Amino acid sequence: QDIRNTVGNIPMEWYQDFPHIGYNLEGKKIYKPIRNKDELDMFLEKMENPDYWRTVQDKMTGADIKLTDEQVDLVHRLQRGQFGDVHFNPYEPAVDFFTHEVMIHPVTNRPADKRSFIPSLIEKEKVSKLVHAIKMGWIKPRKPKDDTPTYYDLWAHEDPNSILGRHKMHVPAPKMKLPGHEESYNPPPEYLLSEEEKLAWEQQEPAERKLNFVPQQYRCLRAVPAYSRFIHERFERCLDLYLCPRQRPAWVWLTACLSQVNVDPEDLIPKLPKPRDLQPFPTTQALVYRGHTSLVRCLSISPSGQWLVSGKDSPPRPRHSGHAGHCWPGPTSLGGAVPGPGPGPGPPQHATICLVAICVEQSVLLVNPCLGDKLLYGATDQLLESYVAPEEERVQPVQWVTATMEEHGRGVRLVVQHSKAVKQVTWHGKGDYFASVVSDNSNMQVLIHQTSKRWSQNPFRKSKGLVQCVLFHPIRPYFFVATQRYVRVYNLLKQELTKKLMTNCKWVSSMAIHPGGDNIICGSYDSKLAWFDLDLSTRPYQLLRHHKKALRSVAFHKHYPLFASGSDDGTVIVCHGMVYNDLLQNPLLVPVKVLKGHVLTLDLGVLDVLFHPTQPWVFSSGADGTVRLYT
Amino acid sequence: MAGTLTRHSSAAVHPRYERGSATNYITRNRARKKLQLSLPDFRRLCILKGIYPHEPKHKKKVNKGSTAARTFYLLKDIKFLLHEPIVNKFREYKVFVRKLRKAYGKSEWSTVDRLKDNKPSYKLDHIVKERYPTFIDALRDLDDALSMCFLFSTFPRTGKCHVQTIQLCRRLAVEFLNYVIASRSLRKVFLSIKGIYYQAEVLGQPVTWITPYTFAHDHPTDVDYRVMATFTEFYTTLLGFVNFRLYQSLNLLYPPKINGQADTELKPAEGKEYAMDSESYLEKLSALSASLARVVAPTHEDEVEMDEFPVEGETAEQMDARKKEQEALEKHKKLFEGLRFFLNREVPREPLAFIIRCFGGQVSWDKSLCISATYDVSDPSITHQIVDRPRVEQQVVGRYYLQPQWVFDSVNAKLCLPVADYFPGVLLPPHLSPFVTEQEGDYVPPEKLKLLAMQRGENPDEESEEEEDEEEEEEEDDNDKEEGEEEEEESEKEEEMKLKKMEEQKTQSNKALPVKVTAGKLRLEDKQRLEQEQQSEEKRLAIMMMKKREKYLYKKIMFGKKRKVREANKLAAKRKAHDTAVKEEKKKSKKARRA
Repeated sequence: QDIRNTVGNIPMEWYQDFPHIGYNLEGKKIYKPIRNKDELDMFLEKMENPDYWRTVQDKMTGADIKLTDEQVDLVHRLQRGQFGDVHFNPYEPAVDFFTHEVMIHPVTNRPADKRSFIPSLIEKEKVSKLVHAIKMGWIKPRKPKDDTPTYYDLWAHEDPNSILGRHKMHVPAPKMKLPGHEESYNPPPEYLLSEEEKLAWEQQEPAERKLNFVPQQYRCLRAVPAYSRFIHERFERCLDLYLCPRQRPAWVWLTACLSQVNVDPEDLIPKLPKPRDLQPFPTTQALVYRGHTSLVRCLSISPSGQWLVSGKDSPPRPRHSGHAGHCWPGPTSLGGAVPGPGPGPGPPQHATICLVAICVEQSVLLVNPCLGDKLLYGATDQLLESYVAPEEERVQPVQWVTATMEEHGRGVRLVVQHSKAVKQVTWHGKGDYFASVVSDNSNMQVLIHQTSKRWSQNPFRKSKGLVQCVLFHPIRPYFFVATQRYVRVYNLLKQELTKKLMTNCKWVSSMAIHPGGDNIICGSYDSKLAWFDLDLSTRPYQLLRHHKKALRSVAFHKHYPLFASGSDDGTVIVCHGMVYNDLLQNPLLVPVKVLKGHVLTLDLGVLDVLFHPTQPWVFSSGADGTVRLYT
Repeated sequence: MAGTLTRHSSAAVHPRYERGSATNYITRNRARKKLQLSLPDFRRLCILKGIYPHEPKHKKKVNKGSTAARTFYLLKDIKFLLHEPIVNKFREYKVFVRKLRKAYGKSEWSTVDRLKDNKPSYKLDHIVKERYPTFIDALRDLDDALSMCFLFSTFPRTGKCHVQTIQLCRRLAVEFLNYVIASRSLRKVFLSIKGIYYQAEVLGQPVTWITPYTFAHDHPTDVDYRVMATFTEFYTTLLGFVNFRLYQSLNLLYPPKINGQADTELKPAEGKEYAMDSESYLEKLSALSASLARVVAPTHEDEVEMDEFPVEGETAEQMDARKKEQEALEKHKKLFEGLRFFLNREVPREPLAFIIRCFGGQVSWDKSLCISATYDVSDPSITHQIVDRPRVEQQVVGRYYLQPQWVFDSVNAKLCLPVADYFPGVLLPPHLSPFVTEQEGDYVPPEKLKLLAMQRGENPDEESEEEEDEEEEEEEDDNDKEEGEEEEEESEKEEEMKLKKMEEQKTQSNKALPVKVTAGKLRLEDKQRLEQEQQSEEKRLAIMMMKKREKYLYKKIMFGKKRKVREANKLAAKRKAHDTAVKEEKKKSKKARRA
């Protein structure tokens, strides 16, 4: 059987997956010997076949070959590092051919080459190249020895010009913290951690720990071991030095404080005039008016300061059961209820009219309280009755209804029926006009009414957001409309927008105007009070964060430089707000008194504040159902 | 229409993020690309040149609207790096390494030799000068350099970093120590559990460094030694130049020569164990026992009396205070003058020898411990022997046997402390940190109070139990006082509470209005209290008017103060508990003894 390898010396793995290796002369496949032995067969063969050890597989043909004795010998010899041929003798005696004997003739008679007598051209070429390179300075045969000393006086000539801008801008890295007593090898006993503290220390994140080691006490210096994190700490310092971003502090003394250079915190407190020097202002609670059974939403006072009206919140009742929410001085007589989300009575200020506007659900009632000067309220009634209906009916956004007899007996004179619930009502200074805010999303939110002509108009064509409250300017024909974030100032004569004040608050709750007319304060539900100087800018002159909770109401005093704010934290804060006639001088705002007294109910505190028109007294109504007077 | 037009045009003129702070900063990756450096090279360059990232004021703006965490470098810094000659040296070195590897691979040994001869090297002199234009600047930044050099000098001479670096660090550190001895500028020392802290005042600048205790390091695996090596490279250069300048300022030779070297040359037997001259020389130097040679032989007129120039606007009192301070300093410098110390072999030799020599004392040790010991144990003139064993077998009369802490505490106290507390085997008093200066309101350990009293010269120390007891009582009194202060602080709150109560009572009485008149009590109004109330109210109102950030700051400071008080109280309470426990123990033992 002459099976030979017909494929030649090629990588045999090419035929790995085939059953044959190459082809014979007839073009038939030459098959590999069948190999179907599994591990067990192999093992049995290994155990049983005595020639197993001398059997090798021929890679070229895939056949197993048993080595002959000669071949095994050859392998052994090669393994031992001997020559393959048995008969080769590596230790034949050497024949010292050249030096053995002096010969009279040369061994070779070949004459020497000419090139052995002349300098080598190739070498010359190489050398000349090197020389050229050296001449040109391309290579240096030897680096010149640097003979300057390693250390010398580097700062011999300190040049002030060498301090550049970058040195001034340089932010030096803070030095390592110096060790305290607790780092001592023998600290006072109070610095050692107790068991709980040690446990807490172990549970903390390494970055959170105040100390990066556990204080320990050793009896003598001999007992102190090496600190295992020494290299770590050095390394971390290195990282801090080159990786930690540094910042040049803009606010130098802040850093002075933070780096524990002493800045007296008392210096930070602004120097304000003493409240004592700014008297008069209300200081103590003088009276508590009780009687309301639930929240007292709103307050109003007559121009003389003799009569106070308060409106209360209560579950809605049938309308006819009584809707004259008014209140006489003294806590005794409280009549009906004022249902509705936000009733807002407002008495006119004009000397010849005596009217109270009350919003009850969807209507505004104009009530003549029939109090005080008889002439005055008689004149008011006359004025209201003198109304002559116009010939042609005008289209109005609201309905004006004259009160029925029964209602008339209670003082109600007119009912202005809106389409939606009324939130707020405010009087113009003259007493003829009043404005009402309807909780609505359309352009019908704000309406201006004229009492004598029983005529209403809708001043806006477009809604600019949810209107929170409106206000008339005391002197000039301006109208303020506060939406959630802005206060818009309209000129009523020219019928245009004059200004838009940014309150910087999230949700304005209330608004009041200085009697001078140039300053406004806005309270907001995010517990801020913004003071605007209308001449100065459309942004707040100052934003006061005195209260801890939402502001519900703000008020100015008519004569005294005082303003007050009532908030859900149950306090009324009275501030001195001096406006100077000199336009160059900014208003001076100083808080003078925090008035406490209202008890928090339903998370609500003070709902309305109001100043007495002539005295430096302030009224506040709260969610605890009381009205309090501070004098 | 017009509005849209203008907006559009403005956008065309000023696209976003192309001016202002966005262009002043550059991210690290972009900086690296601009410099065409690999990250390790960039890191090395930053370390050597002292370039650090900056925290921009408006991160979002600089980050082009993104809030991803990135490190920013100042563009100016990076541009400054562009012209650094060392960058080229880095590249040359890279080429050199490549060539060398190739030559090795081809076994061209002559080429290897030639290349090694021409190995590119760089110097950092110009960078030192550039980073520290004046000498004082360099001194201010010496803390880290010293700590690093002292650490590296303790490394084993294998692995981790080049042997030359370690040797250089050792040399520079020893030179610096010798300078501190020569100038007597050491001020404070502290044995902490991390190592030994030293603080010296070099030319008016406080320089603090820490040395590890002399044990073998177990090298952590999560530390990048390349970073540390780069820092060390720069620090050794800096420290070398600083040393040179410092030696010059004292008229000392640099590199330092030991005074009277001729003597040592005469008897070279001492240095026989050292193979090389240079080695024995460094060892002798690091023994810290010999004074250094000066350029000009010192004359006694050297110490010129400082002329006094009254500074304008300085009162006589201030001048007096300054003078006193000066005198105290002089006294402190000569603390150990005339004392002769001997260090036992179990005591760390180098720190103690250094400290004692810094304050004018003479020091020696066992001959077999280190080279250049000057006298023997048996020398009768020894005044103090520093021992760290529970007891000493053979005591020689005429000298104190003391634990090493005495030296440290004495240096910090600026006077030689009474020795009784430091005898061998005695329970040592706590070792306090000299770096803590207690401000008002901080907790002061009673030992420190005692020390302060001693410094004022109040307590002539007499060891008697009674006095100790008294002291303890005093301490208690102190604690009481502290508590009193607390009470004062709390009194404000109490007042408020009282006010509230009163108001409540008022309202209640109002509630119970249905008329009932009780006999009015005459209330004596405490005027002072009223005044205080008013003031506190005024303060509260004024705080309301603070600006937002000032208020923030104020609150922060107040918070910090309160926390401090809390911590101080906690420490005081702990101490009190500890003291009472100790007292109980004492009593018990006494009783047991009596019984």
